[in-house]
Amino acid sequence: MLFKLTKRPEPSRAMVFVSPLIALGLTLLSGIVLFQIMGVNPGQALYAFFVEPLTSKYGWGELGVKATPLVLIAVALSIGFRAGVWNIGAEGQLTLGAICGGGIALWLYQVDSIFVLPLMVVCGIAGGMLWAAIPAFLRTRFNANEILTSLMLTYVATLFLSVLVHGPWRDPDGFNFPESRIFSDAATLPLILDGTRLHLGWIFALVVVASAWILMARTIIGFQIKVVGEAPAAGRYAGFSVNKVIWFALMMSGGAAGLAGLVEVSGPIGQLLPSISPGYGFTAIIVAFVGRLHPVGVLLAGLLLALSYLGGESAQISLNLPLAVTGVFQGMLLFFLLACDVLIQYRIVPANTKSTAS
Amino acid sequence: MTKSFPGVLANDHVNLSIASGEIHALLGENGAGKSTLVKMIYGILRPDQGQIKWKGNTVEITNPAFARSLGVAMVFQHFSLFDSLTVFENIVLGMDASTDTSKLRSEIEDISTRYGLPLDANRHVYTLSVGERQRIEIIRCLLQHPSLLVMDEPTSVLTPQEVEKLFETLNRLADEGMAILYISHKLDEIKALCHHATILRGGKVVDSVQVETETPSSLAAKMMGESLATSNLGQQGEPGEIRLQVSGLGVLAMDEFSIPLKNITFEVRSGEILGVAGVAGNGQDELLKALSGETLTADLSAIQIDGKPCGGKGPNARRMLGMSTIPEERLGHGAVPGMSLVDNGLLTAFQRLEFLTGGFIVRGASELFAQEVVHRFNVKSHGIEAVASSLSGGNLQKFIVGREICQKPELLVVSQPTWGVDAGAAQTIHEALRQLASEGTAVVVISQDLDELMKISDRIAAICAGELSQTYSAADVTIEQIGLMMAGAHSVGEITEKVNAI
Repeated sequence: MLFKLTKRPEPSRAMVFVSPLIALGLTLLSGIVLFQIMGVNPGQALYAFFVEPLTSKYGWGELGVKATPLVLIAVALSIGFRAGVWNIGAEGQLTLGAICGGGIALWLYQVDSIFVLPLMVVCGIAGGMLWAAIPAFLRTRFNANEILTSLMLTYVATLFLSVLVHGPWRDPDGFNFPESRIFSDAATLPLILDGTRLHLGWIFALVVVASAWILMARTIIGFQIKVVGEAPAAGRYAGFSVNKVIWFALMMSGGAAGLAGLVEVSGPIGQLLPSISPGYGFTAIIVAFVGRLHPVGVLLAGLLLALSYLGGESAQISLNLPLAVTGVFQGMLLFFLLACDVLIQYRIVPANTKSTAS
Repeated sequence: MTKSFPGVLANDHVNLSIASGEIHALLGENGAGKSTLVKMIYGILRPDQGQIKWKGNTVEITNPAFARSLGVAMVFQHFSLFDSLTVFENIVLGMDASTDTSKLRSEIEDISTRYGLPLDANRHVYTLSVGERQRIEIIRCLLQHPSLLVMDEPTSVLTPQEVEKLFETLNRLADEGMAILYISHKLDEIKALCHHATILRGGKVVDSVQVETETPSSLAAKMMGESLATSNLGQQGEPGEIRLQVSGLGVLAMDEFSIPLKNITFEVRSGEILGVAGVAGNGQDELLKALSGETLTADLSAIQIDGKPCGGKGPNARRMLGMSTIPEERLGHGAVPGMSLVDNGLLTAFQRLEFLTGGFIVRGASELFAQEVVHRFNVKSHGIEAVASSLSGGNLQKFIVGREICQKPELLVVSQPTWGVDAGAAQTIHEALRQLASEGTAVVVISQDLDELMKISDRIAAICAGELSQTYSAADVTIEQIGLMMAGAHSVGEITEKVNAI
């Protein structure tokens, strides 16, 4: 029997919640097939991937550590996506945040003051904003597509970081390894859970989730963002400035990505390295969509994707699976989610019955 | 021919015959059924009833390919060309696979010189003007050696010079015996080009005439309908002081499809309704945006509300001065399709009705407001949380009009208030507008529907090609005079001249 899609009279509210679950189910199914092909026991592999990381307190702490940058970035990105601003370059803004915030740590490495860390946070946010200001300016002034400009700036940022740690910021006592000094205690984020690496950044992430929720649900700024994103002409009619919304969205996502970068170098990493992120800025795009562009959804999606990072590592250790499996899982999840989203607007009916809509 | 769609009878027993060598006009307002008829002739739609005879034989045109094989060719309003390909490549793509491309090249050259359609076959389409792109479409049609050429509003995208060239080509084709069906609502063009005209209104043929014996004003009257509603709701008491003063308003065209506004001058007084008539696409959209503040004007005092210059003020500043506007496009401009009625109420009312405290939205107040609009204007919906796109056109329009009226504006500008709205909703909206005026609000109604304007306005002007005519008391002008002003005459004096000249 053949099936076809017919448009629903109204978007299905249930499907908004169910579709990510279907996507997750399909991802797991495909995962089983994948492991089978690789000659690994699927049960064992899935256990290693999704359960083993969470069998200890340390593992839960790690989940928070990995989820922190993802949630920070994805919450802000999702607000931009609601406004129709496609900032794909969060990875670059994250890098600039790490450079600016980390630069402060290196500059003040002999200063032991409680003001070092706040200054690093401010500079990290400013760095991310600065990097996002470039696509914002190009978009509002020259109508240049922010997808391209922000993405290209990512490569500039990562190469810039590489130049710094290979050159002027290289640790003088570091045997010529391309690394900066280890940050002083005053420049390191305090831990918030004993026996784990969970740090203050996780609290930052939760605060950002709550603020974003209030912003979008209760304030006129959030309302403007939604209106401009969905119907720009109606936005102009209501007197909202599209350019202001573009600037706001990019400044916010740039700032959040910058904070995420600072949190990474001043938290789990503790110094500047040539590579400071396993693609958090890009994975955050998946997180934003899996989370339905809603702050709470993003929080849950961030935890799920963080688990996939941890699972990749644990599968690598216990089953000798290649790390690329993580990327494959993440890609499949986004792929199935986008496919399942069609069910929000459409439903499946057998092809031989006539649809009632026409 | 008869064709119905859910809810409308688009063509109701329409008869039309066209002889070879004849340029036949199909005339009617938007929604009169022109496109439906043509689509049936070209095989895109199937008629419910009726038959088509081609050179004396009854034929059933089941698809466009069959229509083409009969010798029917059509130039659509919107071109189907690939920008990144050359003219020649575009033409080849439209041909059967078996066509000999080397022969085609000389054939294209032959046609383009014979009919005055100069075109360089090696140019890329994106470098061409709209007029040149249309030539590609025409050449494409002529390559099939058709005996009937259908043109759907071909001049709506052309400059006057390009129009002149097109007319030369069409006349030459007709001289060679081709039949041409020319769809338009531009009266002067039809007068200049066509031999015969069939006039549609509301899906029915109202008349079929020789163009020679008609004047533009008589054609206009037939197109719009003479059945004038005599129940003019207007004129209750003397108008008060000037609320809106527009003087020498000019706006440059934003892109190639928008109409520049030229030297628009009028004023509206408290308690009166000014009607602005005009055929679609003559600058109504641009006028509404300039008045609403979506487009700002360099000359700050070109628009004055209660004597205050407003040219540089945005929509919300103007709303605070008492102005409300209602755009023509409901979904996507007047309302956000995916948002609830509460949010759509908030859209324009948040500042004037103070729904914000310190940047936060007061939900209760905005819900009460949406409730009030729904209740007062009898908007049928699944409650105030229903999304705008789930409402029918008429109910959404009632909501939008209600949203603005419930804000008690002192000045209201509304475009096409009842376009696509059923008679009951139209009645509600007309009464609400009249009621508003009687309470002292100055109202501007921009509409294509002359009956509507005659029914509710106190004074009437017409907009044509971005210029506004003088305004006249609705009691003193006839529908023919307005028709001519819509075609570009600026005053009644000029109309008399024109009529005499014809």
